[in-house]
Amino acid sequence: MKRLAGFLLVVLALAGVLWADSALSITGAGATFPYPMYSKWFDEYHKKNANLEINYQSIGSGGGIKQVTEGTVDFGATDGPMNDDQLKAYQDKHGFGILHFPTVLGADVPAYNVPGVTAELNFTQDAIAGIFLGKITKWNDPAISGPNKGLNLPANDIVVVHRSEGSGTTYIWTDYLSKVSDEWKTKVGKGASVNWPVGLGAKGNESVAGTIKNTPNSFGYVELIYAIQNNMPYGRVRNSSGAFVKADLASVTAAAAGAAKNMPDDFRVSITDAPGKTAYPISSFTWLLVPAKFSDATKRDAIKGFVKWMLADGQNYTEALSYAKLPKEVVAKELKALNNVQ
Amino acid sequence: MATTTTTVPSAGPVAGSRSFFSRLREGDEIARMITFLFAASVVLVTVLLVFELWQGSALSRHKFGFHFFRTSVWDPIFEQFGALPFIYGTLVTATVSLLIAVPLGIGAAIFLAELAPARVSDTLEFFIDLLAAVPSVIYGVLGIFIVVPLMRQYIQPALKHSLGFLPLFQGPAYGVGFLTAGIVLAIMVIPYIISVSREVLLSVPRDQREAALSLGATRWESTWKVVVPFARAGIFGSIFLALARALGETMAVTMVIGNTPVISASLFSPGYSIAAVIANEFTEATGDLHTQSLIELGLVLFILTFILNGFARLLIVATSQRGSGTGHV
Amino acid sequence: MSPRLRWRKFVSGFMLTMTGVCALVAVSVLFLILGYLAVHGGASINWNFFTKLPVPVGETGGGLANAILGSAKMLLLATIFGVPIGFFGAIYLAEFSGGAIAFVIRYAADLLNGVPSIVIGIFAYSLVVHPFKQYSTLAGGFALGLMMIPITLRSTEEFLRAVPRALREAAMALGASKWKTIVSVIVPAAYRGILTAVLLAFARVAGETAPLLFTALGNQFWSPGWTHPTASLPVMIFTYALAPYDDWHRQAWAAGLVLLVLILVINIVARAILSRGIAVPRT
Repeated sequence: MKRLAGFLLVVLALAGVLWADSALSITGAGATFPYPMYSKWFDEYHKKNANLEINYQSIGSGGGIKQVTEGTVDFGATDGPMNDDQLKAYQDKHGFGILHFPTVLGADVPAYNVPGVTAELNFTQDAIAGIFLGKITKWNDPAISGPNKGLNLPANDIVVVHRSEGSGTTYIWTDYLSKVSDEWKTKVGKGASVNWPVGLGAKGNESVAGTIKNTPNSFGYVELIYAIQNNMPYGRVRNSSGAFVKADLASVTAAAAGAAKNMPDDFRVSITDAPGKTAYPISSFTWLLVPAKFSDATKRDAIKGFVKWMLADGQNYTEALSYAKLPKEVVAKELKALNNVQ
Repeated sequence: MATTTTTVPSAGPVAGSRSFFSRLREGDEIARMITFLFAASVVLVTVLLVFELWQGSALSRHKFGFHFFRTSVWDPIFEQFGALPFIYGTLVTATVSLLIAVPLGIGAAIFLAELAPARVSDTLEFFIDLLAAVPSVIYGVLGIFIVVPLMRQYIQPALKHSLGFLPLFQGPAYGVGFLTAGIVLAIMVIPYIISVSREVLLSVPRDQREAALSLGATRWESTWKVVVPFARAGIFGSIFLALARALGETMAVTMVIGNTPVISASLFSPGYSIAAVIANEFTEATGDLHTQSLIELGLVLFILTFILNGFARLLIVATSQRGSGTGHV
Repeated sequence: MSPRLRWRKFVSGFMLTMTGVCALVAVSVLFLILGYLAVHGGASINWNFFTKLPVPVGETGGGLANAILGSAKMLLLATIFGVPIGFFGAIYLAEFSGGAIAFVIRYAADLLNGVPSIVIGIFAYSLVVHPFKQYSTLAGGFALGLMMIPITLRSTEEFLRAVPRALREAAMALGASKWKTIVSVIVPAAYRGILTAVLLAFARVAGETAPLLFTALGNQFWSPGWTHPTASLPVMIFTYALAPYDDWHRQAWAAGLVLLVLILVINIVARAILSRGIAVPRT
């Protein structure tokens, strides 16, 4: 009995050791916003490069920034670009900088679960801000029913759902709200993790979608693909030109048009509330956070190889998952910036 | 044969056998040292843990001091951290769970100790022990898929309808919240109350019961008025044990409590607990102050459970010693 | 019979019946849990589940093979790390020490036992993940091992102490040294109890999720070696249950069933071993 146990132990230990070098394993962590895209990409890339496993864990943009700064993961991912303080903190800690690489364009959509309502609701900027500030509490409030004439909205309490952890999706949403509502800007502000006036907290886009799906009268924000994959109704949002626009490939691409022409060198840009009649106002780039220097050359080359692939073949997978492709000018600029990763 | 004495080898040198004793002693000495090292490592690891918790929360302790326990704002952007909502949530859910689990648990323990024939009692206890082994995450899954919809569709509206004048049962019926978390916790801690209470009740000497019965008490009166009070300390001990478990529970709570740092009189309100906020925010707390505030919360939880476990142990031991006359720590 | 007596008898019968109801409710929860998981997860336990890796988000047909292996590896590490410390420490407590030192060691073990698992996770993060800048199977195994130590230590000590003095004294009378007595006489006599203790400790940590959140992170591929992040059953159950995808829910239930059955079987086996083994005196 003891001998058998000992033998098993040795076998398992050997197995573990033998497994050790069979594949290069790179770990990344961060945003849940692009997770469906990334999980598809890393899976496809692994099929093409059997010796490379890129393990991506969707723990939220806040987690991505924190862990890549700590050095416990090889790269990060976020939809809320790192601010100057965070960049400085990284520089101070490591002695070199960290670079942002946009990957796709996505959108935060207002998803809801209102009994009896399957139609697309129109939401004004004030309606969304009011609901999230806790000032608008019922579904049949004039601010909501006004733009939705002909729909019978119930007099039920709105259950607001937001993220419980540091999230780039939250950053995009609050960035938009800060631009369209002064009250929001002063009271709450924009960030990955804010002091929410009302609502339930759920972890990750996945859990927010799950909560909305299961909770009648709920209202929350999720990335577009989560609403689509789960057959959840989501509304149109009024943009800066006054048109009610639904998030889709065309409207998200339109939102990025201006930024494409004037992309800053570090790629950190906000495209919420973008000008343009067809632009969807809550769109955003999402970024990979890649350290500027790698001590391990094989890891560096592997990541650079992936980014190159992502900017070329990878872009062909985005539309099936309702993420918009990067504008060509941005792709060209990124390929050049990739040389800065040493 | 070297010796026929049974005294410990260190009893003085005997002419001609010193080398044997020395060898004996050395073999034992080495064994003693090695096993001591292992035992000492337990102490070392525990001390290290407390140290890490203390050190790791230094920043926030110095910055906030006792304000930490009186502020209810948790704002990572403006770097204001107050522990009150989490302490509140932890205590409220634990209280709710005990209110449900204690009557049920003691009732079941009475049944198992006093009424059920030995084989039935042992079989049922076997199942109760298995219940205690179910992992937290599975309770969480059942919480999400069974308890939350039940609460949202039936129980919360019913409570609101009948007892809605109490501030306890007001507000929208989300399904998640303090009450739901309390119910799930109750299911998780019942086995602890039952198994420990059953043991202490069993250890109450028979003559106590028989004396009561011979004085004309009914079965119930003998149990409730004589046996249970006799085992009172141990039963309280089991409650403290259950409380300690409820306070430290993480997964099941975070899946059904709503994850919102809010202090509310209503049990329907979503809330947060110390363990849940650590689980959700630790890996992404940007900024040292945020991380250290979370570690300080961990320290608070640790101290709470430590005190409770200490009391529990004292009470349980006291009762068993009183009952059976043997004592073992 | 006076009315008062009738009332008292009624109360007695009623209350005692209620206690039976309480016991029934408590026990039926166990079967409710098993039944629910079996009904919802049973169908998803197929070959895929045990052999396939997770597929990209939103697609179906994936499995949790990497989570099963990851859990197995971490539990192995936990046992290798936690059991010897508990076992040898218990030998020290039962055979070699007494008084103040023993008190301190027992106190420390009880303290460690009472630490909430999330706090163990924080500790393991600051000790293993942070300095080495790496989430890993090792870190997860370390955290779980920490939790196994106190259970193993206290239970083993109790079973060692329960070995009758006559055995010890007989060995000494035959000239055996203390160490030899322990190895050849006492431990074999307490063997069943010790095995039970180890099995119960193992079952306890098999289901732990919280400490793994900060130590093993997760992995959608196989985790090579021991120094990389790894998937694990409890964490996958947590992640999948919270998500909106029905396919993930099915897998979560299936994983929950597998995990629960494993833990229950270990518990049952442990108790069976014990009941056929030593006669530990009952009060």
